[in-house]
Amino acid sequence: METINENIKKEIVKPPISDVGIIGWTRENLFSSPINAILTLGLLSILWFSIIPLIKWAFITSTWAPDSNCREASGACWSFISANYKIILFGFYPQDVLWRPITAIILLCTLLVISRNRNYWNKYLGYTWLVSLGIMGALLKGGIFGLAPVDIEKWGGIILTLQLSVFGLTASYPLGIALALGRQSKFPVIKTFCVFYIELIRGVPLISLLFMSSVVFPLFLPEGVSINAILRAQVAIILFTAAYIAEVVRGGLQGMNKGQFEAADAIGLNYAQTMRLIILPQALKIVIPPSVSVLISAFKDTSLVIIIGLHDLLRTTQVALSEPKWMGFSSEAYLFLAVIYFLCCFFMSTYSRKLEKELDTGL
Amino acid sequence: MKLFKVLAVCVTVLAMSTFAMAGTLEDVKAKGFIQVGYNGSVAGFGNVNEKGVEQGLDVDCARALSIAVFGTPDKLKFTALTAKTRFTALQSGEIDVLFRNCTQTLSRDSALGLDFCVVNYYDGQGFLVPKELGIKSAKDLDGASVCVLPGTTSELNAADYFRANGMKMNPVVIESTPELNKAFFAGRCDCITTDASQLAAIRTVAPNPDDYMILPEIISKEPLAPAVRHGDNKWKDIVNYSTLALINAEEMGITQANVDFMLKSNDPKIKRFLGVTKGNGKALGLDEDFVYKIIKTLGNYGEIFERNVGVNTPLKLERGLNALWINGGLMYSPPFK
Amino acid sequence: MVRFVSNCTITIYGLLEGIVNKDIDNISSHISFWYDPDKRAILYQVGAACLFAFVAWYLISNTTANLERQSIATGFEFLDREASFEIGESIIEYSAADKYSKALFVGFLNTLLVSFIGIILTIILGTFLGIARLSKNWLINKCATAYIEIFQNIPVLLQLFFWYAFFYEILPSPRQAFNPIAGLFICNRGLIVGIPAANPIYKYMAATLILAVIIIYLIKKWAKNRQNKTGQTFPVFSTSIGLIIGLPLLTWIFGGMPTEMNVPALKGFNFKGGLTVSPEFAALLLGLVLYTAAFVAEIVRAGIQAVSKGQTEAAVAIGLKPGQVLNLIILPQALRVIIPPLTSQMLNLTKNSSLAVAIGYPDFVSVAGTAINQTGQAIEGVMFIMIVYLIFSLLTSAFMNWYNKKMALVER
Repeated sequence: METINENIKKEIVKPPISDVGIIGWTRENLFSSPINAILTLGLLSILWFSIIPLIKWAFITSTWAPDSNCREASGACWSFISANYKIILFGFYPQDVLWRPITAIILLCTLLVISRNRNYWNKYLGYTWLVSLGIMGALLKGGIFGLAPVDIEKWGGIILTLQLSVFGLTASYPLGIALALGRQSKFPVIKTFCVFYIELIRGVPLISLLFMSSVVFPLFLPEGVSINAILRAQVAIILFTAAYIAEVVRGGLQGMNKGQFEAADAIGLNYAQTMRLIILPQALKIVIPPSVSVLISAFKDTSLVIIIGLHDLLRTTQVALSEPKWMGFSSEAYLFLAVIYFLCCFFMSTYSRKLEKELDTGL
Repeated sequence: MKLFKVLAVCVTVLAMSTFAMAGTLEDVKAKGFIQVGYNGSVAGFGNVNEKGVEQGLDVDCARALSIAVFGTPDKLKFTALTAKTRFTALQSGEIDVLFRNCTQTLSRDSALGLDFCVVNYYDGQGFLVPKELGIKSAKDLDGASVCVLPGTTSELNAADYFRANGMKMNPVVIESTPELNKAFFAGRCDCITTDASQLAAIRTVAPNPDDYMILPEIISKEPLAPAVRHGDNKWKDIVNYSTLALINAEEMGITQANVDFMLKSNDPKIKRFLGVTKGNGKALGLDEDFVYKIIKTLGNYGEIFERNVGVNTPLKLERGLNALWINGGLMYSPPFK
Repeated sequence: MVRFVSNCTITIYGLLEGIVNKDIDNISSHISFWYDPDKRAILYQVGAACLFAFVAWYLISNTTANLERQSIATGFEFLDREASFEIGESIIEYSAADKYSKALFVGFLNTLLVSFIGIILTIILGTFLGIARLSKNWLINKCATAYIEIFQNIPVLLQLFFWYAFFYEILPSPRQAFNPIAGLFICNRGLIVGIPAANPIYKYMAATLILAVIIIYLIKKWAKNRQNKTGQTFPVFSTSIGLIIGLPLLTWIFGGMPTEMNVPALKGFNFKGGLTVSPEFAALLLGLVLYTAAFVAEIVRAGIQAVSKGQTEAAVAIGLKPGQVLNLIILPQALRVIIPPLTSQMLNLTKNSSLAVAIGYPDFVSVAGTAINQTGQAIEGVMFIMIVYLIFSLLTSAFMNWYNKKMALVER
């Protein structure tokens, strides 16, 4: 009796060998139909013929030491990176005080990692951000606390890229909220202005604004007043990003239940109180994930300042590439940059997706 | 809200901008340095050496200006400008003077709101080709792809030259000089065209300079001169005479080595020139010994030329048109009196 | 953090709007001027309008003063002057002797060309990737996901530089050009391909092609009417294919079947004859398509996922054929979700094509930039650039409005 039962049990528990384990998984996911099998095999062969030489090029026959002769090697020339990483990452920032930008970047990264955790979201974090941004600025600029001053013209590479995107977003967020509220305003004059501004900016490419900042904006200023090129580009990026933030925030405002407005009115709150205490805290929560997408685009878009001659990450790389010794290694250089940009953007986009899940209250 | 915005903008502008309501000279003296626009990527004229120090013929002329105004060559801040941004930077007051191998032309002098100063290099446009193409003359360039910087006089000259000779040209225009050079060396174009001096500089950064040659034809006149804002005559005079001092010194045979000795000269012309006899400095609003200091620190035009672009440098340029007028060139200084 | 920022903004806004937006009954006779929402609204708006006017006046007066002081030319007379610079590639005949207006038009056409081809290729590639992203095949799914993640997260300008450098650094010079099949050459001057030699018959073929499209449209209308009345269907799709291929083919046969080809040949420096796709154009197109397709793929995926499975099952249950299920049930619903974001991606592609200036493709921004530099008239130049792109975006939103209206009608 017992033995029979055991036998049956064994037979029931044990599925056919072709349905479990690696084989089963493979059959299920790769060869479920003849067409799928063909596609899988085709894709595998393409990968085989592209990935293997790529790995060989990138890791096996490549050169790494900064002083090695790349022209003799058949593989990738990572020596370009190891020899030039300082100029690529920091541009013309004085090389003896590189600890200052490095400290600033570490500070920024620490803050970003802390901000990832929603438990720390309160107003003190906001103040910490503002203070830290101030400290970063002071570290880079110098001139106080006995730090030697460094001209803003010398900021280059990743410093400039981060400066343009971080300060750009920080400054454009309030402006964007103001524009979004203006667009919802009952005053036709203000509403028209905001709609006009938002649609105008969103209709033109960033590059036209950058052109404007570099060649037209100086003409707007009174005689004798001038603002340096980096700040002008920063202003252009802020004005550009604000229009996109405004549209994102408007989405959040429109998503608000009308009852919220009415309830706020009912308990006698005025416009400012309604917005500050009731509407925006909820609306802004909804729009955090799309805001992160705007941040990602802003971060990627900072690379456009190269067109008006600023030395961002992309430009410093090209400067390094124009040395006779390193001419012709563009692929390596651009791949290196691609990895940097990818890591930053990927960090932000996975975070935005995580938040989206967390914040999804099913409304 | 809007009022606040405007206020904020005003405050920001006040905080971040520099006022230059008075003449450029007063303004420069008040802020303690001269903001110079320069090329930044042309060897021999204006680029950065591996120690991060600006160098070149244009840079040395700017240093002469700094000595004239402040007595030392280091009161300068450099802004690297592209062909497209250079004139706006000057117009807007972002820079005080433009030393960026710019060609003086009628339309730029009149329509762009600039005044060109005395020419510090007489150039002409040429073509650089790889030797392996086997071309001996620019007349053989029919149908060639031509690398050229957009928005320069070179772009217009090349188009004119090809049209005048009934040839076809495929321009490849890339905004940044390093990128354009890179495309040329990689073989994207058959030739690259710009001022001959710059071609020599470009050849020095080739992976193998001996593979390239400059064609004999010079297709244009390119007087390269510093520029200042239109209408500031006092400042223009100073820029002019700080450069002319270099040329005049060469003409008088005064060099960095013998300038101290020349101070004791009895020649009234030399005494007036070096400020032993007073008058010139006061007329320009400068120290009386500005010429002496310039020559003592930098040498005369010939020395600066040889140091930056001459035959013993990688550029290997002959004096040619840039020799003194007494040697058959065009360099000529009005008398310093 | 967000809350903090919003607080600042709101405090400022509150100052302006005050209690105006509160729904207080309008008893103007009882309340003083300052507390009457209507009057206050007018006051605020007049104030705002004055402020805008003042700022505008301030900027304009500065600008005119600057222009005058620096004696910079203004106006649009320069459009009539000879451009005297060459443009690398152009769809229409252009030489340095032409006017600035024509040079700008050439740039405009180049922007249109690269955007048009780019949009078509992007939709094709994006749709493939979007479907691949939903594939049950693990490998295909992961590859599509990896592609989307990688290409979305790298700046498009960097991708353009990469492809451009790739083309001119890796490919050989014209004299050593790859020649994989007769009439096709690949080198660092681009891709040069033989095309049929000019013959009047091709114009007639184009005309018949347009004719075919018109006939198809009419047939489709007729077939729909007939189906609504009688329930009989008509094979519109196969008829269309037949017409589109058949009519031009017939014209070609009756036109004497010209087969002469314009084959590229190496003469002097470059290839003469044939059709040349320059490295700049190819790099720009490749970069834009690969970048935008990653976004389109996500849109397509979301669109397909938005159609619930029950719809397909119901369609099959009432006896529709698989083609009909796709055509009549899935596509109309998926497209309603897909089209709006897709349109904005297409607009993005067009705007991003302005990055051509960085790699030397003579698009509108690049030509306008050169014009700005040669004439010194920056304001006019930048204004042109903005107007051109605003026209694109207005056309896009006009299309969107039309489409949304049409969709709303269908909903009924």
